Amino acid sequence: MSKFKKSSGTSQDIPTAALPDIIFMLLFFFMVTTVMREDDILVKQQLPKATQLTKIEKKSLVSYIYLGEPKNTSLFGVEPRIQTNDVMVTTEDIIQFVNQEKDKLSEVERDQITMSMKVDVDVKFGIVSDVQQELREANARRVLYSSVKSTEE
Amino acid sequence: MPRGKKRAIPEVSSGSMADIAFLLLIFFLVTTTIANDKGIMMLLPPKVDPNEPPPDITKNDRNIYKILANSNDDLLVEGEPYTSSMRELKEDVKKFILNFGKPTEEGIELYSSLPPSMKSFINTKGRRDDSSDDPTECVVSFKAGRGTSYELYIEVLNAITAAYNEIYAERVGITVDEWLALDRSDDIQKDMYERGRQNIPKAISIAEPD
Repeated sequence: MSKFKKSSGTSQDIPTAALPDIIFMLLFFFMVTTVMREDDILVKQQLPKATQLTKIEKKSLVSYIYLGEPKNTSLFGVEPRIQTNDVMVTTEDIIQFVNQEKDKLSEVERDQITMSMKVDVDVKFGIVSDVQQELREANARRVLYSSVKSTEE
Repeated sequence: MPRGKKRAIPEVSSGSMADIAFLLLIFFLVTTTIANDKGIMMLLPPKVDPNEPPPDITKNDRNIYKILANSNDDLLVEGEPYTSSMRELKEDVKKFILNFGKPTEEGIELYSSLPPSMKSFINTKGRRDDSSDDPTECVVSFKAGRGTSYELYIEVLNAITAAYNEIYAERVGITVDEWLALDRSDDIQKDMYERGRQNIPKAISIAEPD
């Protein structure tokens, strides 16, 4: 007990000298993990839940197609729309979009292009199917149905 | 002043260092979106050549597991309305794939390559004549209507994929999560991946809606 009493007189300050180092460490972690958002998403995106998720092996091969109800309903209406890059497109534009994305890749990688379909849960399958038909037409057959890990099971 | 002599020591004040770092930290915290590029992988069929007639379906009807979804999100599985959970659908698909009704030579070869736990499963449940001939022959067909919700579509697709993945994982003796995490750029893991999938093709057919 006497030991405790002795120490009570000394100051109880936590040394803050290492604080900048700790903060820097956190900073570097976030700097490394940050992926700047490339697209400004104009449609609602609540992804479906699934359990059998696979990771994309090569990020550079992936292009994104967003489907969902527009956020700005006064401008785009309430029907689900397709978004590629930063703009709303119709199904006919998808082949062109795929070809543009393929041009960015090297010759050997072109067949391995993966289309990540980010589809809102409220979308009906009809429009998804239309997009898939266009993807088949454009010969971009690898499709990833982007979804989040389900907590059940 | 404790000291008599006062010398200017050239020193950058580091007191605000933490604040600066904090500011940067908060900036990156706000802009960070942890990449969640995960999902269910599918390979679409090649496009139809207009000059060629669509190929005739020579598959025996019992080798096709038919799942239909209508616009009201009702399921019809093998001609029967389906109300059970997705977990049961997964088990049913698994039973269908692992059925050895009338195995071909390839099927018998496949059977002998399976681990004992799967063999006993097949011997108790997988000898039905009215179900698929063997895993090399069977196809799971899923047809959704235009009005089917995407949520249901993914749920069913997830169940079918889960059935296949469980078979593959059990075959090489790992858990499903380990199977999904296999890195195909690594030779050992790639070999495992190929051993799991050998002779059991992931034949999922997504039919176009009417």
